[in-house]
Amino acid sequence: MHRYFKPVLFVACLVPVARLAWLGFHGGLGANPIEFITHSTGDWTLIFLLVTLLVTPLRKLTRQYWLISFRRMLGLFAFFYGFLHLMTYVWLDKFFDVHEMLHDIAKRRFITMGMTAFTLMLPLALTSTKWAIRKLGRRWQALHRLIYCSAAAGVIHYIWLVKADLKKPLEYAAVLGMLLMYRVVAWLVARRGSPNTVKGAAPQLTVP
Amino acid sequence: MAGAGAAIGLGLKRTISPSTTALAANKIDGIKKSSFSTSETITPAKDVTHYNNYYEFSTEKTEPAELAKNFRTRPWKVKIDGLVEKKQELDIDSILKMAPPEERIYRHRCVEGWSIVVPWIGFSLSELIKRANPTSKAKYVEFTTLFDLNQMPGQRRQVLDWPYVEGLRMDEAMNPLALLCFGMYGEDLPNQDGAPLRIVLPWKYGFKSAKAIVRIRFVEKEPMNSWKLSAPNEYGFYANVNPNVDHPRWSQAKERRLGEFLKRPTLMFNGYGDQVASLYSGMDLKKNY
Repeated sequence: MHRYFKPVLFVACLVPVARLAWLGFHGGLGANPIEFITHSTGDWTLIFLLVTLLVTPLRKLTRQYWLISFRRMLGLFAFFYGFLHLMTYVWLDKFFDVHEMLHDIAKRRFITMGMTAFTLMLPLALTSTKWAIRKLGRRWQALHRLIYCSAAAGVIHYIWLVKADLKKPLEYAAVLGMLLMYRVVAWLVARRGSPNTVKGAAPQLTVP
Repeated sequence: MAGAGAAIGLGLKRTISPSTTALAANKIDGIKKSSFSTSETITPAKDVTHYNNYYEFSTEKTEPAELAKNFRTRPWKVKIDGLVEKKQELDIDSILKMAPPEERIYRHRCVEGWSIVVPWIGFSLSELIKRANPTSKAKYVEFTTLFDLNQMPGQRRQVLDWPYVEGLRMDEAMNPLALLCFGMYGEDLPNQDGAPLRIVLPWKYGFKSAKAIVRIRFVEKEPMNSWKLSAPNEYGFYANVNPNVDHPRWSQAKERRLGEFLKRPTLMFNGYGDQVASLYSGMDLKKNY
């Protein structure tokens, strides 16, 4: 099972972008294709961030510890879709007009927040290699907790962007809330469960 | 990435032809041409009927087409009240006979930064207002959209404070550009575009152009409008298209005409300054956004 699972998952993760390409070739992106692409890539970025954050709770609760081996790939796909999302803005919305983009980032808080979310993903993607993990040691885990901030910034970016209907962004917020709550609870339980644990020697939680 | 890029190019290269009978609705006879019409390329009917900001049905633009399919536009009455000589309830069919139908090909600019060119059918709103006989005290007109939870599923959620209301100053409403609209592309107005009766105000952002109107009320004070009520720092009463006044969350300097790849600059009053600029002389349009 394990041998084929990874390549299958890899291909599955490419389905959203393949769908966009297919719809594009068949005139299926609707009346405003660029808006469609922007929304779709934004949605998938958030979904991949949340799925990445789901790996740890899922493997703990189901005791399927091998699930950890997919977390990096899922996280990198979050980055991949985040990059596509950013590129639709940079290229298709602003046409590489740096001045206009800087103005946007400074003035419009939902853009500021979106840029923050992406920027926070950047060091995580760059340090996702085996070499970097080895090199950074304990600090790697601390660094990769940034994914919590990135996901939160991504959800806030969405909340601040919508005109009136907060349903979808709040659904993402609710899922993110549950995933973060799991960590708080797990941390509290681990702390109570092992009274000998001294401060600093954190309980062995695989985070993020 | 390269594949996606190519796809985007192709996605935009769909054949664009001025569509005349794409709605499969009732054809309107005796349509006159109008000197207010633009000669710009008309947006395909399919886009104008499948990309609708019509929150009474859904906040997803693609959904009103399907959700409004069985919307009942007959019988339909429009209540005329407030500061008028005689309050009355007009039947939609008697309204449609007030003046000969004209085709007005207008640019339509959404506050969200996209635009379309639509061959609307109707006649000047002033035709109805004259017959409504407002008193000299009437300084504003308020338009109310139908509230019907059974027919308009979007109203079950308090996304906006229902029913939808919009308003105009009397001189704006009497301006010949202000259109009382009941058709487009040579046919009856599709349900998802505001049937059976809406207004079209081409120099203002789209949200000012109320759909499915059931009440027209004449008042002395500036009426509240739904989007202003929802977010007063983002949407004002006037909502004139203005490239120099940004929406707090996005620039209004440019717009994307549906079907085009590059953005085009947004024009002051959406290019209708010759007809309407005088209405606002002496007003600070940054304050009165």
